Amino acid sequence: MNASEENSKPLEYQTEQGQMNIVGFWIFLAAEMALFGTLFATYAVLFGRTADSPAPGELFEPGIAIVMTLILLTSSFTGGLAINDMRRGSVKGMMTWLLITLALGLTFLGFEIYEFYHYATEGATLQSSAYWSAFFVLTGTHGLHVTFGIGWLILLLIQLAKRGITSVTSNKLFIFGLYWHYLDVIWIFIFTGVYLLGMVI
Amino acid sequence: MEKQSKKLPIKHIIGYVTSVILTFVAIWAALGSNLPVMWIIISIFLLAIIQAAIQLFLFMHLIERGMGNAPWNMMFHGTIIFAILIAGSLFTMSFGFM
Repeated sequence: MNASEENSKPLEYQTEQGQMNIVGFWIFLAAEMALFGTLFATYAVLFGRTADSPAPGELFEPGIAIVMTLILLTSSFTGGLAINDMRRGSVKGMMTWLLITLALGLTFLGFEIYEFYHYATEGATLQSSAYWSAFFVLTGTHGLHVTFGIGWLILLLIQLAKRGITSVTSNKLFIFGLYWHYLDVIWIFIFTGVYLLGMVI
Repeated sequence: MEKQSKKLPIKHIIGYVTSVILTFVAIWAALGSNLPVMWIIISIFLLAIIQAAIQLFLFMHLIERGMGNAPWNMMFHGTIIFAILIAGSLFTMSFGFM
């Protein structure tokens, strides 16, 4: 990092309001950590309480979980590339990466809906047992966050197309980027703690 | 506007490639290896923590000029709450009375 880079803050940090927004969002992310902490704790405690419904090891397929993980990881990466292009001032590059991110997010959601549907047909629903309740609430809450993120991104894309990269839009898009990366962090733990662990034990 | 990042986002590429590799190592450890179950659990969670750190530091710019200590503070304390919730629940509900 050279001296001129050191002195110039990225655009999204340049107004006081913008900095406050970003700090506020980090506080929100800490609260999200507490939310998912409770859901993971519930899941861990209820692990194995499947009653008469199928055990997770019987239903989980490595293929679909791996594909979902790679899709979400890639969309987190392309979201990061979009922010990188934003800091270079390239609206076109940014729009392209964000549209790819959006498409990957929708693909992820499609896989998740298919997965839930598949489990339901095999006899594992929210009502089946304590274990499956905890499973659907945990993965479903993550899926709900992804759904919300997709809607948020669509609105931001419309605004970006209309106004270009300003201190306001760059701030909003940077915050969206934090949210999107954070969802991947949560997914890493779902993939490890739910899918891999469910197939090992 | 002044150029504030490089044409080739080297940090992101390193983070992405490393994450993909770690994901496959975790999959191999869980499904392909013959390690004892306890070792598998420990290793896949370690790999997950490394991946989470990659996201936070390389993608989310956890440490960056212009923000002060707030992001680091939030994530540090968030992680502590997260760990207490899970370890505490498991201790009181599943393992503490053995």
